[in-house]
Amino acid sequence: MPDSISLRLNGRPVQLNVDGDRRLLWVLRTELGLTGAKYGCGEAHCGACTVLVDGAPVHSCRLRVKDARGREVVTIEGLEKDGRLHPLQKAFMENDALQCGFCTPGMIMAALGLLNANPRPSEEQVARGLERNLCRCGAHPRIVRAILAAAAQMGGES
Amino acid sequence: MSPDTTPLPTRREFLQRMAGGILVFVSLRDLLAAQAVLEGAAPSRRVLPGLPTDFNAFIRIGEDGRVTGFTGKIEMGQGTITSLGQTLADELEVPLDSVDMVMGDTELCPYDMGTWGSMTTRFFGPALQAAAAEAKAVLLQLAAEALGLPRERLVAKAGVVYDREQEARRITYGALAKGRRIERHLDVGAKAKAFSEYTVVGRSVQRRDGREKVTGAALYAADMRLPGMLYAKVLRPPAHGATLKGLDTTAAEQVAGIRIVRDGDLVAVLHELPDTAAAAFLRIKADFDLPGTGLDDRNIFDHLLRVAPDGKVAAQSGDLTEGARRATQKFEATYLNSYVAHVPIETHAALARVEGAKATVWASTQNPFSARDQVAQAIGLPAEAVRVIVPFVGGAFGGKTVNGQAVEAARLAKAAGRPVQVMRSRADEFFHDPFRPAAIAKVRSGIDADGKMAFWDFDDFYGGGRGAEQFYSVPNHRTSVHGTDLLGPPGSHPFATGAWRAPGNSGNTFARESQVDTMATAAGIDPLEFRLRNLGDPRMIRVLKAAAEKFGWTPSRPPSRRGLGVACAIDAGTYVAAMAEVEVVAGEGRVRVRRVVCAQDMGVVINPEGARMQVEGCIMMGLGYALSEEVHFSDGRILDTNFGTYRIPLFSWLPRIETVLVENNQLAPQGGGEPAITVVGAMVANALHDATGVRLLRLPMSPERVRAALA
Repeated sequence: MPDSISLRLNGRPVQLNVDGDRRLLWVLRTELGLTGAKYGCGEAHCGACTVLVDGAPVHSCRLRVKDARGREVVTIEGLEKDGRLHPLQKAFMENDALQCGFCTPGMIMAALGLLNANPRPSEEQVARGLERNLCRCGAHPRIVRAILAAAAQMGGES
Repeated sequence: MSPDTTPLPTRREFLQRMAGGILVFVSLRDLLAAQAVLEGAAPSRRVLPGLPTDFNAFIRIGEDGRVTGFTGKIEMGQGTITSLGQTLADELEVPLDSVDMVMGDTELCPYDMGTWGSMTTRFFGPALQAAAAEAKAVLLQLAAEALGLPRERLVAKAGVVYDREQEARRITYGALAKGRRIERHLDVGAKAKAFSEYTVVGRSVQRRDGREKVTGAALYAADMRLPGMLYAKVLRPPAHGATLKGLDTTAAEQVAGIRIVRDGDLVAVLHELPDTAAAAFLRIKADFDLPGTGLDDRNIFDHLLRVAPDGKVAAQSGDLTEGARRATQKFEATYLNSYVAHVPIETHAALARVEGAKATVWASTQNPFSARDQVAQAIGLPAEAVRVIVPFVGGAFGGKTVNGQAVEAARLAKAAGRPVQVMRSRADEFFHDPFRPAAIAKVRSGIDADGKMAFWDFDDFYGGGRGAEQFYSVPNHRTSVHGTDLLGPPGSHPFATGAWRAPGNSGNTFARESQVDTMATAAGIDPLEFRLRNLGDPRMIRVLKAAAEKFGWTPSRPPSRRGLGVACAIDAGTYVAAMAEVEVVAGEGRVRVRRVVCAQDMGVVINPEGARMQVEGCIMMGLGYALSEEVHFSDGRILDTNFGTYRIPLFSWLPRIETVLVENNQLAPQGGGEPAITVVGAMVANALHDATGVRLLRLPMSPERVRAALA
């Protein structure tokens, strides 16, 4: 039986009629047409599906849609504003902080969640904050550098 | 979000549509033949299709002045979408941002065997460069006619040809291409630029796929959508070698909108929503006959040695008996290297559409042309009726060469009469992965009283031979390779195996460089000094010294208890030397790598930042096979189904990594994506020994193994 669920997605109200037990990741990737969040493991190990819910990073492969009811969901597609990239996106580009790019959306969303909670993290705090995001290509040093650069550029604001 | 749903053009239509413009086709038979020879260790058992008869590279200069390069190579993170663009831009004298690359589309791009073996830059780069050089010659000729000037007076720069004596007399490439239809076909040999003339090559540029990838706009195979498409969940056996005995799909069929497809051995649940398909799939009852091989990750090495093929001598010189007689100290050791999975974060995915006598498949694959042939065969179409398009690939590392998911998607699409997408679950990905083969190296060696290597006798079992040959100045040596492909003879590996980033070399280098350190230790000589004393190859001496200088290596008698390790290797034409500082977390047996310096001589470097990125990636990924990665299995079952038990490197493992690119502009570009991973296991093993005095002979050096060794 479909449930009627309203939430905010990337700053806009969204009304869904879906089975509320479905995981947010699949609703994003099908009904909502947002494929930035990726499936990597389905068990919250890899972080490729990371989105923000009320500003905090969440593994969307585990989150039931009904648990996002009335909340603010932000995906990678919601970061660019009026053609202007978010400082984190710019920093990932400028620091070549990606290779295959498949983990990148989740990586950036996890980083944003980290900066929301701790706007000026140390290098060690960045590494710890991304411990649940896997990158197989080995872009790690540049990802850390990019996040520190973005944090500095954002001047302690998230 | 959707691929273009209008009918896709055929190559002929596509070329016709390029009404205007200059097209240059290059045929590089010699280079392809060389690539085929190097592919002795081909990643799968398939029959290699014949070499192409038409051409291998082409470029187009359009009426808008934009330059497009077409290649069957794919972009999986290694950055060639950028570096190939740099090559084109440089040779053609156009800004990098006016170059587009079309990659991995079997309809539009010339045939290519596959993207592996660090061969894109080494072998395809020159083809593209030759095409660009020819295109520039055509442009200069056209400009000479258009401007009424002798060709010698003309200069090509930034997409414009101008008179060197009067710069205002100029004409753009776009204007030259306008209304033209010029085709050139050439064989290898067009005169390309010398290194000293390069302006784009050799400079670091930002990745050209960066913006798409940071915005989520970059599309991977599982992101492709078509109207009416279904998502499939494919039944797989619980163990390799298992056969389906009974199947009950009644409960699954109760789920609204579900379709079950059974096509011979292929059983799948299809639905308009992927998660509903997966949930319904759980209601399938399937019985399998299990084979019971009795093999598991503990007894596998005994089995492999028991059934090992005879060795073939890959290199030898001098006389081993004489060498053994002259040796004052002799050493013998057996090194083991476990099965390792590729685990790209993107699992295998494909979307297939079959319409009448034509099929289109969007697939994550390293070899689109093989995928095309496999799909064609599976659904009974001629190869030219199948088009494979490779969007961005989310990592591959040698693992996306078998294309089972593309074949499944095509078979299911044909059976269902609707487009079908297959995306493997992580458990399926582990199960179907052609693992890096477990390998064994047996080494016997000796040194004389001066700390010089007197003999070296090396047997590579299942490593395929890459990196088995030693490069020290040892007068009496022999290298034997038991099994020259990575698949192993029938009855050896209990599941599929294949190429994995620098196949075989990591295990062989682990054995060789560990053994070299053992000899240095016995001789009481600093490991760097021991290597330099036993090396004659100036390239290797140079990279070792470059690494040592950056690292600040100070000699000491091993084990120095400082936790420092060194290793060197040759792979894909590139020389690499690396040094590490490690610490062992007391009580836990966990090895923490603090710092790595990696020096590499890879000939001409096209994109230095891209090259450094690949080195860092190799070091980081290499820490996995060195310290934690090992496939657990029993009786054909793959016990690892997710990242919970199969541990790949995490952010907390990140050492400080410094890369030194040793300048060697006399040499054409060599491999970049693989070489640096070969040294990681040996470097860490040597550093662990230096820290503790204990030497581990088996990879990975997991905390349990380190604890046991230290106990």
